[in-house]
Parts: sequence; structure tokens; C-alpha cells
Amino acid sequence: MVVIVTFMVVMAGFAGWWLLRQGLTAKPWLEVGVVGEAEWASLSPRPIAKIGLAAFLVVAGSLFALLVSAYFMRRGMSDWRPLPMPTVLWFSTGLLALSSIALQTSVVAARRGELDGVRSGLLATGVSALAFLAGQLLAWRELGAAGYFTAANPAGAFFYLVTAIHGLHLLGGLVALGRTTARAFAVPMGSAPAGWGRLRLSVELCATYWHFLLLVWLVLFALLMRWTDDLIEICRALLT
Amino acid sequence: MADVTHGVAGPVPTVGHDDVELYHPKSWITKYVFSQDAKVIAIQYSATALAIGLVALVLSWLMRMQLAFPGLLSFIDANYYYQLITMHGMIMVIYLLTALFLGGFGNYLIPLMLGARDMVFPYVNMLSFWIYFLAVLVLVAGFFAPGGPTGAGWTLYPPQAILANTAGQEWGIVIMLVSLMLFIIGFTMGGLNYVVTVLQGRTRGMTLMRMPLTIWGIFTATVMALLAFPALFVGAVMMLLDRLIGTSFFMPSIIAMGERLAYKGGSPILFQHLFWFFGHPEVYIVALPAFGIVSDLISTHARKNIFGYRMMVWALVAIGALSFVVWAHHMYVSGMHPAFGFFFATTTLIIAIPTALKVYNWILTLWRGDIHLTPPMLFALGFIVTFVNGGLTGLFLGNVVVDVPLSDTMFVVAHFHMVMGVAPILVVFGAIYHWYPKITGRMLDDTLGKLHFWVTFLGAYAIFFPMHYIGLMGVPRRYPEMGTMAFVPPSTVTLNIFITVVALIVGAVQLIFLFNLIWSLKRGRPSGGNPWRATTLEWQTPQTPPAHGNWGKELPVVYRWAYDYSVPGAAQDFLPQNQPPEPRAA
Repeated sequence: MVVIVTFMVVMAGFAGWWLLRQGLTAKPWLEVGVVGEAEWASLSPRPIAKIGLAAFLVVAGSLFALLVSAYFMRRGMSDWRPLPMPTVLWFSTGLLALSSIALQTSVVAARRGELDGVRSGLLATGVSALAFLAGQLLAWRELGAAGYFTAANPAGAFFYLVTAIHGLHLLGGLVALGRTTARAFAVPMGSAPAGWGRLRLSVELCATYWHFLLLVWLVLFALLMRWTDDLIEICRALLT
Repeated sequence: MADVTHGVAGPVPTVGHDDVELYHPKSWITKYVFSQDAKVIAIQYSATALAIGLVALVLSWLMRMQLAFPGLLSFIDANYYYQLITMHGMIMVIYLLTALFLGGFGNYLIPLMLGARDMVFPYVNMLSFWIYFLAVLVLVAGFFAPGGPTGAGWTLYPPQAILANTAGQEWGIVIMLVSLMLFIIGFTMGGLNYVVTVLQGRTRGMTLMRMPLTIWGIFTATVMALLAFPALFVGAVMMLLDRLIGTSFFMPSIIAMGERLAYKGGSPILFQHLFWFFGHPEVYIVALPAFGIVSDLISTHARKNIFGYRMMVWALVAIGALSFVVWAHHMYVSGMHPAFGFFFATTTLIIAIPTALKVYNWILTLWRGDIHLTPPMLFALGFIVTFVNGGLTGLFLGNVVVDVPLSDTMFVVAHFHMVMGVAPILVVFGAIYHWYPKITGRMLDDTLGKLHFWVTFLGAYAIFFPMHYIGLMGVPRRYPEMGTMAFVPPSTVTLNIFITVVALIVGAVQLIFLFNLIWSLKRGRPSGGNPWRATTLEWQTPQTPPAHGNWGKELPVVYRWAYDYSVPGAAQDFLPQNQPPEPRAA
């Protein structure tokens, strides 16, 4: 549970930092009149979707931190036998990184107002994300064929669980990406960026989500590949 | 008073920010069924929660009948009793209290108290209710499934939750877990809405430190719930996999009914950690909105500003943060390193500091106030007394050495019913008596309200005070009947009968409340827009009940905090938040 507590401490740090900037030491009973104009003026309809996404990412982050926490606790027991990691995971990791990069180029194109750049970026993102999911399925099959998909292998069960939950989040993202792509193709070619409506915002939101999922995957990948074992041992030694 | 700031007098024109598109319903279905109006969603949430709460009330009657008169109701056997316990606990904690405080009061009050037209994501808000409704339907389906609902206890501890001789092992546990997962998905949708609305939906002049404490309570609780519910979600997914495809996340190698099961190497303690990482914050997810609402009720009905507003806000946030590092005090008897026990006992006792601070501030708010003993005020006062009572036994149980002998006795049952059963429910009632006039435009009947309060309040004490004693005598929890045990004195048997009789009466009196709710809808005294002469924005709407969009043409502008009661020199004893300041005399 050290992982999730650390996550919570970091979140609490952000929340505390934010709260301190909100005038928590104000004396509202003495202040009559319109106050907080500057703060109020900074509220605009645009960031609402971004703030909503950020809040959701905190929730999803907490979900993954809990999974990692559970994984650590289980790993610490004496009968843990690690899993051989299929090589295909390297390819899928590369594909997911590619997907993230493609979406970032799409964001850059959207900021410059280049519609074809946006479209090709979105398509490349979708294709490489689907290829990533296919890679994950291959890894599943490989492990299954090697006999690790059994009830009595906790390492296998954890592998399937974390990859499945990560994959489901990506699938959800693909729905949003599909809608964004449809929006990008609905915009007539050569129209000014002012007439794009919410396209740029949608692309940016997708990109944030994609980078988040890439980050989560890199953490999970490092754990599953057991690169973090030494780190875990050091933490454990510190705690006991 | 040197740093009093005076703003410009007269109305300030609202600029911008009104351009968030407001959804307009086109048909009866989109107006009342699949409505995106937070007020309608709030009523849907509340009605569903109260209805399923009534079911849980009946379940508690059946349990009490069994405890007082074992064998009288022949259809209750041990397994049936465990199913009653499980469903009663689960419904009351999650499907009633959480849904009602956050989904019900949150939806109604956040936009109105902050001067917004609606939640920021109305469509997601609608989905949130319907997924919650689906979760309730799935939960109820458990009663009709073969083998009945799960009898694993509301904590659903493995391994027994999915072992063959636990009631509802076949369908009940699966249905329970699916329903919980649905609930969490639905809640997350709603919760994101509440948080972002508080962050971005406030009207001009409504700084965070001008928000009523009700909103602070709901806001903090929602943030906590968003962070804590994933733990239950992860636990539910893993247990579902253990049950359905035979993984071993929580199931150790085990011999059940003389047979060695296929499970191997899971950790039941892991589930306990996940469950209580959600379960302890859950106590405060229910308590913090209650704290906030009580602060507003007391201030309004004692015509006095809340004492120590800043402290109250800080205490809410501190309680919220601390409640994430106390979870293992539910697991003292599961076995842990003494150093961890010491750590968790310490954090648990530290929470008492901000909580006590709140209690002192409530009492100091009442001190020399102009106290009106209206039904909302009675319930708020009842809450303070009850919460202090339940909190004090919590200090007992927070200590490892005291907890270990008391842990599995009725003392614990009495403790948590006082602190997170009776206390929040009293606030729910108080809040309904307080806001019903805004929701319907009519007052609830005062006499019936007072009758409802006194029977409920005194009855709750008649039920739960003796239960502490029964627990101290050593009567264990979770036993459907005691039989004859040498260490249990006959007085506990008599007391059990007494408790059951009172419980039946208190339960039946809730029908008076239900009658009052329905009768007053048509026949209640018209309330006008602001019957309690309150300062907060929801009482200043142009129409009562508030129309779609809440505020007519222009959003209100906030000039002062929410507690300007009995201001010296003011024309009336309250100054609404949107009343501009007097121009300073030259």
C-alpha cells in the first residue's frame, strides 16, 4: 500500500498547493463587495473540458496506483514466481509511443492550422493504437500457449489484469479519437482554423489522455519486466 | 475592522460566463425521465435512495426480530440472517447515504448555492443517475436470484465470500460485485461533475472562501470519494475474477468441506487493505457533507454567523486528508506489526482534533444565538449530540488494546450505528425539512416534523445505548442467536427484546415522515421564496421552485459571505449573499 499512499501524498501536495493559492486565509466576514475578480475572470468555458479530463486522469491514476500497490503486496510473498515476458511487448511499447508522438504532431498541426496534418496525425494515432492492442493480444496468446493462463499462477493473473484494464482505457480513448477524427474529416479542406469549432480542443484532450496512458504503460512495463526490483528492495529495506 | 473593503454600490452587470450552452428539454421524457437538469436528477437520486433505504429498514426489522425472538420467524435461518446483515449494511452505507448526500443534495445544492445555471457536464450527469439506478436494480435482482443475495457481510471478506457454503455464493456475490462496479462508474461520472462545477461554475464574486460550508463538505467528500472508490473497484474486479474464472488474487490454497480447492497462493489480507482503503474514507464521505449541512442549518436557525468559518474549512480539508491514512484500524484483529498498529492508532486519534474543533465551533455558534427550535434545527442539534456520542466510543476502538477484545462484539455495532448511521440520517432528515420548501414551494408540517424528530431521536438512543452494554457484556456480532451461554447474563436477553420493540416503533414512525412528504406536496402551507430568511443563494432565486436555468435572465453577483446573520445596524437580521453593500456615507 506504499505506492497508493505515495500517490495520495503527491495528490494531496497538489491539492494543498492549489488551495493555498485560493486565499484560504481570507477573512470573508470582513470583506464586503465584489472580490476575487481576477480569479473569476480567469474562469472561461474553454478549460472546463480540460479540467474535467484532468480530474478523470486523477481518478484513473488512483485506479492504476492501486493495481500497482496490490501487485507489490502480492509480489512480496514468498511463493511468488515471476513470469517470462514475451518479446512482443517491446514492439507494442514502441507502437504506443509512436501513437503518442503521432497525436502530438496532430496537436502541433492543429495549432498551426494545417488540417491535413491534423487528419494524418489522427489516422496514424488510431492505426498504431490498434496495432498496440493487437500486440497485447499476441502477448496474451503467447503466455496462454505457454500455460501461464491458469488459476494457480498469481503473476499470470496480475499480468492479464493490468494489461486488460490498461487496454480497456485505451479502447475508451479510441472511441473519443474516432469522434475527433470524424470531426476532422467533417471540416472542409482549406477552411480557416476559426471555423473548426471544437476540433483543436478535442485533439488536445485526446493527446493529454494518450500521453497519460503511455506513461501508465511505461510504469507497468517497467514493473512487469522487473527493472524496478532493486528499487523495490531498497524501499522495503528502508521501511523495515 | 480596518480592512473592510467596500465594493461599488448597485448592481454590477454580469459579463461573459453566461455563454455556456444550457440544454433545453424538448419533450416530457427529456424533461422528467432522461432529464439533464441537475434539480430533476437530484430528486431522482433522492427518491431512488430513499426507496432502497426503506427496503434496508425492513431488513433491519427482520434482523431485530431474529435477535430478540430467535425462531419466531421460521423463515429466518443463520444464512438468511447473514443475507439480511449484508444487504442492510451495503444498502445503507453506499446506496442510501452516499447516493443521497452526493447525488441528491450535491446535485440540488451545488449549482443553486454557487449561482450556476446547471452542472458543467449535464449529459454525463444524467448518465450518472441512470447508471446508479441500474446498479440499484441489479442489487435488488440479488433478492430474486437462485440462492438469494450474498451473505458474506457488507465487507465481503474473502475467502468466505466466495466459498461454497456461504449464502448466495452462486449468484448473490456476482450480482453484488457487478452492482458495486456499476455504482462506482456512475458515481465517478457524477463526482467529476460536482468537482468541476465547484471549480469552474461559480458565479461572479463567489470565491472559494465565500462558499457555504455545505458546499465545502460536499466538495471535499466528492474528491475523497473519487480517490477512494477505485480501491473498491479494483477489489471488486479481482474478486469477480476469483469467483468466475478461478484466479487466485485473494484466495489462498484452502480446504473447504473436506475438499482441496484449485485456488492457490492468493492473499485475503490484500482484499482487506483494498476494501478499507475505500471503507474508511467512506465514513467521512458520508460525514463531511453532514458536517457542512449541519453548519448551515445551525447558523440559519440560530440567526448567528458560523463561528470560525476558516477553521471549519480547514478542519474539513484536514479530516479529508487524514482519513486516507487510518484505514488499517479496521484490521487490528487481522494481525499486524505492532509498529503499524501504533501508527494507525495514532493517526486515528489525531482525526479527533479537527473533528472536535468542528463540534466546539457548532456549540459556539449556538452560544447566545437566537435559537429557533424548528424541525431542521432539532435534527441538527440531535446530530451534534449523536456524533459526539458515537465519536467518543470511536476513541475507545481506535486503541489497539481496547479494540481487540471489543472488536467482534455488539459494542462495535452500536458505535458505528451511532456515528455513521443515526448521525448522518438525522442530518438527512434535517436537510429535507430545511430545503423541502425550496424544492416544492410548500412547508412540511411542523407538528408532524417535531413528532418525527422526538420519536426518532429518543428511539435511536433507546436502541443503541443498551447495545453498547450488550457488547461490553461480551455478546458477539454476527450471531443469529445466542442460545445459552454462561458468560451472557439474562439481562442482555431482556434488553434485546426492548431494543427490538423500540426499533419496530422507530421504523414505523418513518411512515409519518413519508406521509408528511407526500401530503405537504399538495396541502402544505405555501412557503414563499425564503421561509427561513436565509442568506445563501438558493433562497434568492426568482422563482420557487427554481425554474430551468435557476436564475432568470442574469446570474446573481455575490457581495458577501454566506453567514451575515444579525449584522449590527442592518435593516433585517440577515443579508443575502447577493445583496450589494450600502454606499459608504461620506
